[in-house]
This record gives sequence, C-alpha cells and structure tokens, in this order.
Amino acid sequence: MVRQLSVFLENTKGRLAHMTRVLGEAGVDLLALSIADTTNFGILRAIVDDNEKALASLRAAGYTVNLTEVLAVTVPDRPGGLAEVLETLLEKGVSVEYLYSFVRNPKEYALILFKVDDVAAARSILESRGVRILLQEDLYDLK
Amino acid sequence: MYWNPSAECMEPEKLRELQTKRLIRTIHHVYQNVPYYRNRMQETGVAPGDIRSLEDLALLPFTTKQDLRDNYPYGLFAVPLSEIVRIHASSGTTGKPTVVGYTQRDIQTWAELMARTLTCAGADKNAVIQNAYGYGLFTGGLGVHYGAELIGASVIPISGGNTQRQIMLMKDFGTTMLTCTPSYALYLAEAMAEEGIDPTRDIILKYGVFGAEPWTNGMRREIERKLGIRATDIYGLSEVIGPGVAFECEIQQGLHVNEDHFLPEIIDPATGRVLPDGQEGELVFTTITKEGIPVIRYRTRDLTSLSREACQCGRTHVRMNKVLGRSDDMIIIRGVNVFPTQVESVLVTYTEVEPHYLLVVERVNNLDRLEVWVEMSDRLFSDEVRRVEEIRHRITRELESLLGLSVGVKLVEPKSIERSQGKARRVLDKRTLS
Ligand SMILES: [Zn+2]
Repeated sequence: MVRQLSVFLENTKGRLAHMTRVLGEAGVDLLALSIADTTNFGILRAIVDDNEKALASLRAAGYTVNLTEVLAVTVPDRPGGLAEVLETLLEKGVSVEYLYSFVRNPKEYALILFKVDDVAAARSILESRGVRILLQEDLYDLK
Repeated sequence: MYWNPSAECMEPEKLRELQTKRLIRTIHHVYQNVPYYRNRMQETGVAPGDIRSLEDLALLPFTTKQDLRDNYPYGLFAVPLSEIVRIHASSGTTGKPTVVGYTQRDIQTWAELMARTLTCAGADKNAVIQNAYGYGLFTGGLGVHYGAELIGASVIPISGGNTQRQIMLMKDFGTTMLTCTPSYALYLAEAMAEEGIDPTRDIILKYGVFGAEPWTNGMRREIERKLGIRATDIYGLSEVIGPGVAFECEIQQGLHVNEDHFLPEIIDPATGRVLPDGQEGELVFTTITKEGIPVIRYRTRDLTSLSREACQCGRTHVRMNKVLGRSDDMIIIRGVNVFPTQVESVLVTYTEVEPHYLLVVERVNNLDRLEVWVEMSDRLFSDEVRRVEEIRHRITRELESLLGLSVGVKLVEPKSIERSQGKARRVLDKRTLS
C-alpha cells in the first residue's frame, strides 16, 4: 500500500507551478502525479519521496492537503493487461474511484495506482491472482 | 456580575426620569455650543424648549457620518479644544476620516461603560486581559484599556496583529480574557491549531469579548468551541463613544444598551420613521452625557431591533439584537435583500468549513449574479472530486433556499480571501465598477 498526497488547487493560472515550486524548495521529489479538475477547482494527486516534508511545506504555504491510501500494482504491459485487473476487482464488487499510471518499467510491467473503496479486499483479491502490490519503499527504489 | 448595579439595574421609572433630564440638558448644550445643530434645529423649526420628554426626540433631525465629514475636523465639537483631552478618528473608506473628541469626563464615562462590559463578560481585578484591538486612532484599543484598568485587571496592551507573539504571550502571561474582533479570534484559533497548540488544554483563556464587526451565533459557537471560552458580543462606534455602547449579558439574548448614557431608536432606513420595539430597522443613537462631541439622532447604518422585555440577568436597560448587518453592507440582488450574515449562518452549519467567505456580485448580460467564495478547509477536502462537489452542491442548495435566489458557490484555496485584522470584508460588489 502506498500513501498518496492530495492537494486542493484553484483553477487559476500559476497555482500548479507555485505548488510544485514549494515542493521543490523543500527538497521533495515527485515520483508520479495526476490532476483531476472541474471548471471550479482541481485536485492534484501525487506520490512523493517524503510525505512528512511535503505535508509540512505545503501546509506552511497555505495549501489544503491530505494523505490517502492507494494501491500500487504492476500489471502486465500488454494489450488487455489493465482490463484483467479491473475485471477481477469488478467481479468481486470492489469499485475503483480513480486510477492513474505511474512510471513505466521498460521491461514487462506497467505500474498503476488505484483508489478503491475497499483497500483490504482489493489487495487480497489481487494478490490471490498473483498481481504484485508495491509498497512505498518499492516506489522509492524506482526513482 | 455587575460593575455598577444601581445604574445597570435602575428601576425603569427612575431611568426614564434620568434620561429625560439628561436629554434636555444635552439639547440645550448643543444648541448653544454647536452652530451646526443650532442651524439644523432652526431649519426644522424646533427650539430647545420643545424637547420636554423622550418622545420629543423624534422631532429632531438626524445626523449622519457625512455631516461629521462635512464639519471636519472639529466642527461638531461642543467644547473648546482646551477642554478636549483625547482625539480619535475612524478611517473613512472615501475621503476624510470622522473625528471625535473627548473631555476628561467623557474618558471617565467611557471607562465606566467598558468596566460594566468587561465585568459582565467575566473579568474582575484578577483578570489578565490581552487587548488585541488596535491601539491608536481607532477607539477599540484604548476603549477596552481604560475600562480594564478601572476594574483593576492586568492589561496586556498588545494591540492587533503579530499573531505569533499573541500566542506566545497568551501562553506565557496566563491571559484569561481576549479582546479583539471575532474574525481575528478565529484567525488566532487557526494559527494555534497550525502550531499544534490546543487552546482548550494548553492555555488558560476563559473569556473573550468580541466586537467591531457583525457576527452570528454560529460563529460564536465556533469561537467558543475552538478556543474553549465564553464569547461575549460588544457593540460600539466611535461617533457615539467607541466600544461600550452596548454589551451582551450572560443570557446572550441581545445586548443591553447603556441607556443612562445613550438613547437608542430604530427607524425605517428609507423613510426615517421611528419603528416600534421588536421591528427591524436602522439603529439611531443620541448621546445624553457626552460633552466633547454629543451626537443627536446619529444614524449608525447598523440593522437590528430593540426589546424592552425584562431580562433574567436583572439589568433593566433595553436590549438590542445582535447586529444583522449594515444597511450599507446589504446587497440587493434581483430585488432580494442579502446580508453576509445570512450566508454565514449557512456556512457555519458545516462545522468543517471555516467561515471565511466573500460575496461577489456581478452583472452579466444585465442580470445580477451572486457568487459565494468559500475557503477550502482540511476536513472538507477529499482526494475525490465527487465528494468535494457533493458538499459544494449541498451548500449551494441551502443558500438558494434561504436567500430565494440562485447562487454560485466557488471553493477557493485557504487564506486566499483577504483577512484583515480589523474588520472582515464580506462583500465585493463589482456592479458599481462596470
Ligand atoms: Zn441581561
């Protein structure tokens, strides 16, 4: 399981740049990020190498931030690889709130981050299917 | 607790008698000493002798902030400058400030009124009062200061601002009472939370006296919860005397007006007609003991109502309701009157939302549109767009049903709405600019 940083951003020019600058100045590395936005606001989700440092620097800069548990899994890097994982979860009644892809391992796997409604269930389902679940430390190794 | 029970609990008959005597004396005083009032009375056809009872007050013309500005700086003073020991001024949003002067006796009166206020709010000679109202031309700082000294409390004259130092002294000096604007009290609570300080555990603060801007009961509950104190509302304005014109008692059902010094009236802001007790309208004051700059029927622009029902606290002075808003802060959108306090009353029900908000009014294609900006807070936030949108829609629906018009709600980043350490700005009306 991996802890993801989520940040509330207004949809105004320069906010994303400012936020990433704050992280950069705090010496925090972004390993992955995705942004969900509406016409009104955006939510940035990121995996960073130091959650504590990231939280402290962003809060000090006035951002609303939280940490959420997400699943980081490796899926076979071939057509239908992601579909297999999603179908497995669907069959067992676990719903995926959102997902985004992480760095791509050049060999045989794609790394995907999932936010699901039932983390424990999703984890055991996927593990029983031989899907590899990554830990925070595994991600740091990919830097 | 009373500071001056014989005045605060004076028998109504005796109070009326005293008020009448003082009103008559004041009218003679201004007629003789302030050319402006003499001219206005002559224009209206009222002689000082026509004022024989409290009801006769309605015969006199109103005074407005503009009249004070037109007579800048000393035109409305009723004594020579040699008798004035203090001058305060309120910053004008446009043009010149309004200037007020106090005689030695006015300063004593003011201290007495603030002593009543602070005593009622929980202070005594053992209190340590951190006075975070601004010191200077603004009446808040020195008004509280003199009252606190009169009761023998220990005053920390820290003035506004410098939040880190406020928190440090509050802890180290053992502050028991905080005096500032309600928005600054909330700001302090937030700052403490950010520093990992739990006000209910780490400081001994017990009481707060907050005023100088309108605030709702919802905001009171939030301040009381976050700071772990009893929060008391006070009312005042520099043109009348400063803080201490009226104060809330422990019953918390309105503020007792210090009626032995000020006569309140409620008028229809459009027609100037005096409204009966219980009806909402604009608050008007006549000072009946002030020497330096007495004001006759001064229009405050504050909207409220009066109640003369007996109060359980034992005080006999008339109560004014919490100020609803200002007649000039009120915005009219497609014919609907909207007060920032109404919006606030919805926002505070979302305990996770800090009540930091701004009403933005724009005219788009000849149609007025109200957008309410609300600052995002930790507990309102989610990593899921759907959840954040759900809350935004709920707030929107509640505002629309309360106000009876369509409202846009925009979530903005924390601290992006301008925080003043004085009065909070609640309305941005862009219609006047276009
Ligand atoms: Zn009372």
